[in-house]
Amino acid sequence: MIARLLSFDLPRSRLLAAALVLVFVGLAAAPFLFPGSKPLGVAAKMLVFILLVASYDLLLGYTGIVSFAHTMFFGIGAYGVAIASTRLGPGFGSVAVGLVAAIVVSLALSLVVGLFSLRVKAIFFAMITLAVASAFQTLASQLSDLTGGEDGLTFKNPDVLSPSFEFGGFDGRLIVYYGIFVAVVVLFLVLLRIVNSPFGRVLQAIRENDFRAEAIGLRTVVYRTLSNVLSAGFATVAGALLALWLRYTGPDTTLSFEIMLDILLIVVIGGMGTLYGAVIGSVLFVFAQNYLQDALKLAAGALEGVPVASAVFTPDRWLLWLGLAFVLCVYFFPTGIVGRWRAAALRSPETTTRRRA
Amino acid sequence: MIPQASFDWRPPALALGLAAVALPLVGSPSTWLTLTVAGLAMGLIVFVIASGLTLVFGLMDVLNFGHGVFIAFGAFVATSVFAGLNAWAVAPDLWANLGAVFAAMLAAMLVAGAIGWAFERVVVRPVYGQHLKQILITMGGMIVGEELIKVIWGPQQVPLPLPETLRGSFLIGDAAVEKYRLLAVAIGLVVFAALLWTLNRTKLGLLVRAGVQDREMVESLGYRIQRLFVGVFVAGSALAGLGGVLWGLYQQNVTPQIGAQVNVLIFIVIIIGGLGSTGGCFMGALLVGLMANYTGFLAPKVALFSNIGLMVAILLWRPKGLYPVTNR
Repeated sequence: MIARLLSFDLPRSRLLAAALVLVFVGLAAAPFLFPGSKPLGVAAKMLVFILLVASYDLLLGYTGIVSFAHTMFFGIGAYGVAIASTRLGPGFGSVAVGLVAAIVVSLALSLVVGLFSLRVKAIFFAMITLAVASAFQTLASQLSDLTGGEDGLTFKNPDVLSPSFEFGGFDGRLIVYYGIFVAVVVLFLVLLRIVNSPFGRVLQAIRENDFRAEAIGLRTVVYRTLSNVLSAGFATVAGALLALWLRYTGPDTTLSFEIMLDILLIVVIGGMGTLYGAVIGSVLFVFAQNYLQDALKLAAGALEGVPVASAVFTPDRWLLWLGLAFVLCVYFFPTGIVGRWRAAALRSPETTTRRRA
Repeated sequence: MIPQASFDWRPPALALGLAAVALPLVGSPSTWLTLTVAGLAMGLIVFVIASGLTLVFGLMDVLNFGHGVFIAFGAFVATSVFAGLNAWAVAPDLWANLGAVFAAMLAAMLVAGAIGWAFERVVVRPVYGQHLKQILITMGGMIVGEELIKVIWGPQQVPLPLPETLRGSFLIGDAAVEKYRLLAVAIGLVVFAALLWTLNRTKLGLLVRAGVQDREMVESLGYRIQRLFVGVFVAGSALAGLGGVLWGLYQQNVTPQIGAQVNVLIFIVIIIGGLGSTGGCFMGALLVGLMANYTGFLAPKVALFSNIGLMVAILLWRPKGLYPVTNR
């Protein structure tokens, strides 16, 4: 049953299995285990990032394409819900309209960008997505009538999902949290299904050797574009979920390049080419982001007055440490946490004897 | 007589055509002249920045997403030099002003070149031949560099005012042509000519061109392409630093994000020109500069997408860029 649900892509490492169970239980029970609004916010962000990063891993880890436009699709989802809710008034109808419209826009845009740039060279795709994403970011801040510009949009959720709603001990925020939880679990399982399907195998074949894949008779352009479109679709849903949770959408929460960097870092830390890496990476990263920045603040306070160190250790330079961590991870840790754990599990004597038997 | 490949005139004709089409749309010839000079200045600055990137790609198949960081370092070094040579920069004497500008350029090229050398050593060298890692690592290097700039010069925007005698503009008929833009055009043309001369008339340039065409063949003839590559990388970084000074003076202020902003522009340029092609890079830069200025005047809201639109149009016409490099 569980194996079926996981599409027979089992963790293949006891440590990983234990960590996944821990994450699942922890996030499922987060509102009761860690009461308070900050921990719940962190948990919700973890959930959204799990979906977002998993969808990016479909592109980077499984198909071997670097895109810098993933936050664009994330943003389209968030803005879709926000714009529909402000224009049409709060309600499930407007959320649905916004989500559907956003998905349509994302799919069309990713199809065009993909068909256009994936037929030439993978490196083209990275550059073109960077250009398109930065143009989109400027567009979002220019069209301030629609998007609220730099300030973003604050909107109201449907009544049932608003914090003031009470129903037998559950308030609206908890309902949103569990809605996100269920959506992320289901979509994650769908993604797992996709990467373990024959289609997913083709993507991995293209990643390993696109020339050979083409020689076998696979239309690599078509598969790459499909992978791009799928991943954009999932990212859009993740954006919509984030918007519902925050009841706010702005450039800083969805479109900024910093978030793109976060996604890249999580994929690399967790492990490229395994969706479980997205889970482990997101949980660790979001935790670190929310609690390590406080530690940096403490370090900066302690180092106050020391000339260079205080400039380097301020929380404002968080991105410096992120960038360094990213470069070091790509060098020394290319398979990520999940890759390490799985390799360790393969080496351990117990499994080798079992294999021999 | 050595048979020569015939020169493809259609891309330059395209640039002239673009300028010709813009004339009736803009309306007044004097405004058109101002815009055209501005476009050429911008194009030449972008060319100075992008030429190194396209050569590095052509020679070693390395795409450096961190190229923008050299631009930013160049521009910030210029602010420091101007602060140091304040007396020269504010004196109402053309030669003192030019001295300050050239001192800033020299310092920027030295610093950017040195950083480029370190960047190649630390960041790029370990990931030769691995495209995916290259993109990720150089992007990471870019972020780290940008943050280091914020540590050194602070995160805020720094003004980079033009020296006294370079402000204002000449009047040619009714058209106002900013003095600095003429200087930028002149410097850009000098760099272009020097680059063409080096590439086409020296042994070094011959090896670089041969390496772009077929690296293994050059290696098998006994040349150390690795050293050549380091040289091109450092030279490209130094040119980016020079371009950073020009760009900073063009904008009259410098922000740490300047590198990331210009990065997008130069990617568009080298894609338009054909990855690895110097001539294509030149034409692409001119087209982008002209296009940005014309659309900025005619339809400011559309200007954001004009460059991407241009890229799309050109790639539909020639999928590998204006001057495709063989075997890439």
